[in-house]
Amino acid sequence: MKAIINISLKQGVLDPQGLAIQNSLSNLGFNNCKNVRTGKQIILDFDSNEEDQVIKETKKMCETLLVNTVIENYDIEIVKEN
Amino acid sequence: MRSGVAIFPGSNCDRDIIVALKKITSKVPLKLWHKDTEFPNLDLIVLPGGFSFGDYLRCGALAARSPIIRNIKDHVSRGGALLGICNGFQILIETGILPGSLIRNKKLLFTCKETILEVQKTIENPFTKGFKDGLNLKIPVAHNEGNYFAPASLLNELDGEGRIAFKYVKGDNPDSNIDYNPNGSSNDIAGILSKNGRVLGMMPHPERAINHLHGGTDGLKFLTKSIENIIG
Repeated sequence: MKAIINISLKQGVLDPQGLAIQNSLSNLGFNNCKNVRTGKQIILDFDSNEEDQVIKETKKMCETLLVNTVIENYDIEIVKEN
Repeated sequence: MRSGVAIFPGSNCDRDIIVALKKITSKVPLKLWHKDTEFPNLDLIVLPGGFSFGDYLRCGALAARSPIIRNIKDHVSRGGALLGICNGFQILIETGILPGSLIRNKKLLFTCKETILEVQKTIENPFTKGFKDGLNLKIPVAHNEGNYFAPASLLNELDGEGRIAFKYVKGDNPDSNIDYNPNGSSNDIAGILSKNGRVLGMMPHPERAINHLHGGTDGLKFLTKSIENIIG
């Protein structure tokens, strides 16, 4: 099974990359979009099929290395292969 | 004076700080590899600038989980002095030894230029002790993620506890439009201290201002003072 981690900047944390993208979008005429925030995705592939165990381990990985919880939020999505 | 420089894959200012420390102490500092876990007690450890682990994941994130970090934490708890420069500062933030975060420069540009630092009134520390508050030092920066960011409560705490070591200032530059803060850092912060004052993280590179050919020697002035203080 796969654990997909979506990492985003917390509200209030400046996202200069998002601002630059928003600027470019508006230069291209996409004026309906008022705000752009960027983030990243990390995909972990596990051998195990024990969902609870995988979530627990992924959370621990996020807290110890993958996410800077001072400025970032994350959520974990589990995808099971048939 | 026994000093050491911790080297990670991708560090690239290690040689420069070694040259600077040798120039001041006339002793070659110990080179510490990121996997080293056994080395003698030192008076000063420097985490140099560079791009440790290619800046992957987040700047300093992977270096902060290296085996040597446990020894570096022990060094600090023994009262040893620890200086993180640029990527070294980012590593200190990622280890949690220093609080807050260093995010992308406000203008999204890698910035390499001379900056003017103002020495702040701080708690007792071995790095800026003996310098007059308000003294200006001309030291260059070179980074992409040096924008110090912290919640207002932490910024107030750092300020109230006298833990802001350096701020970027305009200096006596006659051009009032000049962007003296190179990265958009909150409260113009260029360097901060740990609670006990034994750890300093700073984005500017003092080791790049130690020779007249560098365009100035304020970095040498700063490092020399720090080493005098550490020797005591």
